[in-house]
This record gives sequence, C-alpha cells and structure tokens, in this order.
Amino acid sequence: MGARAVPAGEDPIRPDAAGTVTIRVDGLEVSGIDGQSIAGVLMASDRLELRRTARGDRPRGVFCGIGVCFDCIVEVNGVHDVRACQRRAHDGDTVITTGDGARRSGAVS
Amino acid sequence: MRQVVIVGAGPAGLAAARAARGAGADVVLLDSSDALGGQFWRHLPESRPSQHEKRLHHGWDRFRELRDSLEADPRVRIVRGGQVWAIETFAGVAVHVVVGESDGALRDREVFAPDALVLATGAHDRTLPFPGWDLPGVFTGGAAQALAKGERIAVGQRVIVAGAGPFLLPVAQSLASTGSTVLAVLEANSAGSIIRGWSRRPWELIPASGKGMELVGYAAGQLRHRIPYRTGRAVVAAHGTDRVESVTVAALNADWSPIPGSEQRVEVDAVCVSHGFTPRLELAVAAGCDLSGEGFVVVDDDQLTSTPGVYAAGEITGIGGVDLAIAEGEIAGRHAGGALGGAASARRRRRVFTGFAKRIEAAHGIKPGWTGWLTEPTIVCRCEEVTCGAIRQAARTTRSESLRSLKLTTRAGLGICQGRMCGRTVEDLLGAASTEGSLQDDASPHRRPIAFPLRLGELADPTRQLEHETSKGTQ
Repeated sequence: MGARAVPAGEDPIRPDAAGTVTIRVDGLEVSGIDGQSIAGVLMASDRLELRRTARGDRPRGVFCGIGVCFDCIVEVNGVHDVRACQRRAHDGDTVITTGDGARRSGAVS
Repeated sequence: MRQVVIVGAGPAGLAAARAARGAGADVVLLDSSDALGGQFWRHLPESRPSQHEKRLHHGWDRFRELRDSLEADPRVRIVRGGQVWAIETFAGVAVHVVVGESDGALRDREVFAPDALVLATGAHDRTLPFPGWDLPGVFTGGAAQALAKGERIAVGQRVIVAGAGPFLLPVAQSLASTGSTVLAVLEANSAGSIIRGWSRRPWELIPASGKGMELVGYAAGQLRHRIPYRTGRAVVAAHGTDRVESVTVAALNADWSPIPGSEQRVEVDAVCVSHGFTPRLELAVAAGCDLSGEGFVVVDDDQLTSTPGVYAAGEITGIGGVDLAIAEGEIAGRHAGGALGGAASARRRRRVFTGFAKRIEAAHGIKPGWTGWLTEPTIVCRCEEVTCGAIRQAARTTRSESLRSLKLTTRAGLGICQGRMCGRTVEDLLGAASTEGSLQDDASPHRRPIAFPLRLGELADPTRQLEHETSKGTQ
C-alpha cells in the first residue's frame, strides 16, 4: 500500500528499458530510474516523509510537486534546502533528510 | 536585431516564442525546469523513452511540433534551468537569472536587457487548508499529475481526489493511468451550481467544442475506470500519525460550509486536493504590471501589460486552460516581436476561450463557507507552522487591519515559499477577522523584491556573473 513506481510491464505507455541511478539516503543506498527526481526515487519505495519541521516536529513530504511549496527540501551533497521534487537524482548523490529542526538547533551540522 | 525574452516554456511561452520568431525577432526562452512544456506538458525525461507517452497527454503532437521547431531554430536560445530572481524596469527591462541545476549552489548569473519581455509564468494549484493537510500523503492535484506524467509514480493505491474545478478530472485520469484506485472525485460545488455555471449562454460553447471534447474525454475516462464523481462534498480533514491513513469527507452547503452530522471516515493512503489555480504573479509584480481586482495581470488587446515592453500571456492573465494560453501567447509573441496588428485567428480563439474561463469560475469558484472546516490548531502557513487560531487571535488582539503588520506579528506567509501556498488564504482569513471585514492597506502578497529564494553566496560570487558584451542578440 502506498506510493510506488508504475511497474514497466503494467504501464500502458510501454516504456523502453531504462537505466538505473543509485543514491545514498541517510547512509543507505537507494536505487531508482535514471532521470527520476530525488523525491521520485524515494516515493518509488513508498517513502513519503522527507523532513520534520522546526517548530512542531511534524513530518512533511512532497506536497505541490512542482517546486512552489518548498515542503520537500532535503540536503543534497552538503547543500541544504534543495527541493527533492525538482532535483534529478545523479549517481552517487548523498541525500540527508534529517530535517530543518535538527539542523537549526545545531544537533546536525 | 530585436530581442524578445520569454519567461516560461509552457503552452503560452512556447506559442509566444514561435510567434516572436515569426515576427522576425531573436528569442531567448527561459524556464526554471530542465524540460520544455510547463506543467501542462510535463513529461518523462529523454532518458526514459516509451512507445505511447502520447496517451498521457492532450495536444501532445502540437507540443512536439512546437518544441522541435524551436529547438531547431538557431535564432532561439533556450535556457533550461534558468530561474529568474529579479526584474528591474528602471531604464528599460532587465531580467536577472541564475542558470544551473535546481537549487544548486554553483549557478551562473546572467542578466538580459531585451527589447520586449513576455511573461508566461503560469499558475499553480490553490489548495485551501484543512486539519491534517500538512501530513505526507496529502498532495495537490498538480503534484499527482506531475509525478504521474513526469515520473510514472503513483502517489497512492487508494486515493480520493477532492476540491473544485474541471482539473480534478485529468488528475483522476492520471492517477488511474498509474494503476491507482481512485475511490471518488469530490467536487465542493453543488450539481446545481455547476449546471447553472456551465449552461449560462450555452451557444457560446459551440466554438469551444474542442475544449468541450477534452472534458468529455476525461469524463469518458472516468466512466471507463468507474470513478464516482460526487458534488457538494469535500475532504474536511486528513488523519494519520506520520502519513495519511484516512480522511473525513463531509457534505457541504451551497456556500461550502460543512453540514454537521454528514461526516464519513474513509481509509486512503493518499489524497489529492485542489480548489482551483492561483497565478504565479511575482515576476509580473516585480515588473510593475498592474493587477486586476481578481488578482490577474491586466493586459490590453495586444497582451501588453501596464509596463512598456512587458507582455503577459497564459494563466497569469486569467485561468483559462491550454487553448486560451496558446492564443494569448501567439498574440503576445507577435507584438513583442515587433509586428503590428494581425493574428486574427488567435484573437478569435482568445475571445471564445475567455468565455469558457468565465464559465468555469461561475461553476467551480471557491465559496466563503469553507472556513467552517478549519479548527484553531489547523496549520495555515505551512512553512512557519502558523495556525488558524494564531492568525485569528492576532487579528483580534492587535485590532490591526493591515496585512503587513499581521504577517509580521504571526509570521504567516514569511517562510521559504514566500507566501505562495498560503498568501491568499491568509489575506482572506485576516480580512474576515478584521473589524471592517476587509484589509486597510494595499500590501500585496505577491510583492517579492527577490522573486525567488536564492543563496547569498550565488549573488556574491564574482566568477559566476556571465558578462554580456552586448545583451542584445542570441549567442
């Protein structure tokens, strides 16, 4: 149950074989399809939570999906506040989803 | 050579680019994304070819033809990943851009000083707040669409689509194309209000029959997938610990106030909610363009705004859909490119589809009773986590009737999204809470001197400024 990538064999648009991309998310390797956004790679395995908020420690994930709401911001290769729905995943990307709460309180550098 | 800069490569921007070239101008086409097509033609990247991608789109052949002709034209420079962050109009128009990977730290800065500028920045979903709407698994309709069309991701397996407007139908269809089960499409307006809105002056619909057929296509898709369409109903709360597990659906009165006792709990793993669209106005405001009372860019018969040399086309001049956007883009691009008069066919289509847009607003517009589903702890400003209660209390205790001071008191609308998600809602709530019933200042929620968040380091790095010997002409 939940979010998933459409299995190629079931997809009515009949996709050709696509390459893969592997990124490291919070220390764990996650594979996706070449050309997917970081949010897409994570949602393909039903991972919806991308950060926790600074004040209420509430979970957040993709909301608007088109780069407007900034709810899906993560840290990518040491750069924070990157919108996961807008950034394509590249092989070897290091993604940290620890969230703005931890960073602002100084718990995570 | 006359140069036209176009911001936004959706239907309006693409049509404007072609028309400006047709008028003999050189064109720079900027888009913040790395692909052309905007949200309407959001598609899979080149690394993911398929046999039948066309099935996910309306007007796909038209898009491919537009894109291919612009890409092949040496006098069109397409800037992908080009984020406009400021527009100045002190002495002619200057467009400030950072170019590179989205939110990257090492983007190049560029400044364009074109003879004419066409703004085709489009719109995004307007989603009204409800308890639990910040939980992962609550999406805008646009997110479900973008993930389905651009990534082939299904946002959930048991999904409810809710809100208002004809856009709910293509959202449901996109979800169905990813194999999701759409439990229902819930339209907040009553069937009576929809029928009255659509059927006013029905003869006007005849020339817009292509548009009608697009909607009939969605409706047929819905029948094929056996998706129930229910009117006068809304998702009034989402529930779950770390993600959505269920929603509360309620019946609504004609003014959208929830009918007590009508609530039903439905198990879902995702919910997609859109109550219409809001235009992306920040660049138009930065360029000094006048806005209408309804909050759209005012244009004349040639799509020229109140700022000399600045044209606007597409959803920022009024929500009207793809056909209207293309017609407006053709007119704007042609005039920005230096042509005088003409474009009779585009002007005719613009007239027809403008009527269509008014019909949609009449049938599907937001009604004020929606605030009835808010609770005091409901988050209104998602970025700064400002609740409905905090906003109402600030309005009561400070007795302030100024949007600016209330924003500063509560921080609502001051977060990283720069008020794009909650701006209009905060305005409405403060307006309703103020003693006069309306705000007393003219502060605009769209006024953003820096039109888009960017890193100070990017501004400060002298090696990132690309010098233009002459800002005119293509490279």
